[in-house]
Amino acid sequence: MSDLLNVSSGPHVRSKYTTSKIMGLVLLALLPATGYGIYHFGAGAALIVVISVATCVLTELVYELIMKQKVTVKDLSAAVTGLLLALNMPPTAAWWLPVIGGIFAIIFVKMLFGGLGQNFMNPALGGRCFLVICFAARMTDFNYDGMTQATPLALLRAGEAVNLKDMVFGNIAGTIGETSVIAIVIGACILLAFGIIDLRIPASYIITLIVFMGLFSGRGFDPYYLLAQLSGGGLMLGAFFMATDYATCPITDTGKIVYGICLGIMTGIFRCFGSSAEGVSFAIIFCNLLVPLIEEYTLPKCFGKGGEA
Amino acid sequence: MSGLTFKGGVHPYEGKELSKDKPILRFMPQGDMVFPLSQHIGAPAKPVVKKGDRVLYGQMIAEAGGFVSANIYSSVSGTVKSIGKHRVATGDMVESIIIENDGLYEAAEGLPIKDINDMTKQDVIDAVKLAGIVGMGGAGFPTHVKLSPKDPDKIYYCIVNCSECEPYLTSDYRRMLEEPDKLVAGLKIILCLFDHAEGILAVEDNKPECIRNLKELTENEKRITVKTLKTKYPQGAERQLIYATTRRAVNSSMLPADAGCIVNNVDTVVSIYHAIIEKRPLTERIVTVTGDAIREPQNYLVPIGSNVRQLIETSGGFKTTPEKVISGGPMMGFAMFDLDVPIIKTSSAITCFTRDEVAQYEPSACINCGRCADVCPGRVIPARLASYAENGNEEKFLKYNGMECCECGCCSYVCPAKRQLTQSIKTMRKLLLAKKKK
Ligand code: SF4
Ligand code: SF4
Repeated sequence: MSDLLNVSSGPHVRSKYTTSKIMGLVLLALLPATGYGIYHFGAGAALIVVISVATCVLTELVYELIMKQKVTVKDLSAAVTGLLLALNMPPTAAWWLPVIGGIFAIIFVKMLFGGLGQNFMNPALGGRCFLVICFAARMTDFNYDGMTQATPLALLRAGEAVNLKDMVFGNIAGTIGETSVIAIVIGACILLAFGIIDLRIPASYIITLIVFMGLFSGRGFDPYYLLAQLSGGGLMLGAFFMATDYATCPITDTGKIVYGICLGIMTGIFRCFGSSAEGVSFAIIFCNLLVPLIEEYTLPKCFGKGGEA
Repeated sequence: MSGLTFKGGVHPYEGKELSKDKPILRFMPQGDMVFPLSQHIGAPAKPVVKKGDRVLYGQMIAEAGGFVSANIYSSVSGTVKSIGKHRVATGDMVESIIIENDGLYEAAEGLPIKDINDMTKQDVIDAVKLAGIVGMGGAGFPTHVKLSPKDPDKIYYCIVNCSECEPYLTSDYRRMLEEPDKLVAGLKIILCLFDHAEGILAVEDNKPECIRNLKELTENEKRITVKTLKTKYPQGAERQLIYATTRRAVNSSMLPADAGCIVNNVDTVVSIYHAIIEKRPLTERIVTVTGDAIREPQNYLVPIGSNVRQLIETSGGFKTTPEKVISGGPMMGFAMFDLDVPIIKTSSAITCFTRDEVAQYEPSACINCGRCADVCPGRVIPARLASYAENGNEEKFLKYNGMECCECGCCSYVCPAKRQLTQSIKTMRKLLLAKKKK
């Protein structure tokens, strides 16, 4: 009888939530944006999504096989990275761009730092920024309606008018997944509804950016201008899906708010004073580096020492 | 009214419907009874019988080995067979007195205790000590020590933990349904000791029948209130319970008495009643035998020292082969690897599962999702503490308030990566506590 019984330390029951379920829900929440991107930009976009996801999953698999590590692709985190990378690509990117980006993201940003949860930088954004630095022209070439177009934020910066309605619906040039605010917000609602993320990071990020742009952009608190700022440049995708990446945001509640504020300020600086009009990706990557520091200074008070209330 | 509560906590499957409506049955053990000398926190008791002695039901067989210790009484009549090491539910071998039960229940005389009306406060505490009463909720802290705080005038709340937040357990629930009068009488005895204290019966809102009964019974008791708590695990953890009912906060370096509170569990309070009013020592307790592997889940009044295997067989035995048998409930209980162990003063339940959820999932890498920190009632960051514990980083462990963990298990329960957070933190805490003692 004795050896038939399992012995382990308590608790002896576990919740049904697993890592792969969470990642699966993130994929589900990205579907509206992906679907809209493909509908909007056509089959080329679909191909990039497939290539990017496949590259990330295969890279992780092969790396783990070579390094004789436990294969973890079933946790779906590589698929999430692949999909996010694709959504950050221009729709007309050459097929080898997501391949290079995916390999870089998985190997250099994720696996070399110890794999899932250990990386200090969001892998998808690491991959994207690597590509932007190496292939600047190709990564910023937004071909739409048969011709190369400036993104709305670039137009706005040049003092030209943009159509806000088109920006909200996504009827504009941009990366595959960033154009439709509506599709992204639907996905964000899925994340919020399932408790995958909370509003701390996105809300503090967005509010800070509004205040910053209002103060420093020279346009004041012009609602039309500010709404355009929020709808463009991948801000929504970044705020809800990439700034909230578990591994690269602070674990403390206060830390999340501080992190969101830092993101808002950095994005504002890039947009007001930088050379390009965008800046979300670089702001997130930069703030990723601040996370350990933020966490150190926002340790919560524990129960019995002020933290109970 | 929504119930009182604290921050954090989880809602595991309750499983109480299995045994909730089963009235308490008396369990009649057969054969050898095992009485470990350590069934409480503190020094082990010292045997006062020897091999071959005949003992009576209710006779003292071991006396407290110090102030923080407790007397032990025989729960049957029979002959002392031997005194030696015997396995207990935690897996340890503990010095025990083994008595062959003759099944006659020939009773010893009642405890030499005065009539309640002639008792001084010290007499009451002495009687509780004499009766061998300890905290029966799990910790096993000798009750007379708890009832002797430095400054009894500074005790403002005497709380009875009627929350029974641990899943599957229904022993306190049945006790409250069947003998609520004894519970209230027991609390009144405790209140006699503390002139400035208010009595609180703290019940979770998943037990409306108990709340109703207790409210009716205490209608005319000026010093006693029934408070409704939100159903959530670990509502009955001492610090969380104190906070939920009184808004006072106790940390790991304080005793509840420092915040003016004394907390006792239901069975303990009823045992105080038995001792003072009926002059009976602590020889029995209520045990829930439950889980999906048990044919007929039940609540039993079990003589201390009874054999767990026999108790399970009386409950109809196993439906199918269990994968895991737990002494206590699924959140804080101990998994057993041997069923030939005794029921002791702190055994609240035997929970038998056909499936082990822990073995089903393999731990994987932390994804830093923060769920553990969200549910932690100690308001610490279990993910970090567990990592520091695993790497032996004592300094960081202390800086991140590792000592404030109450080992409730919520973090391990909720972790999507299925990390053994509680286990790692517990191990480190034990190590540090041992170091501190030196
Ligand atoms: S719940 Fe588990 S995976 Fe999430 S942060 Fe805590 S330890 Fe890591
Ligand atoms: S760290 Fe301790 S107190 Fe916090 S949830 Fe885990 S076991 Fe409970």
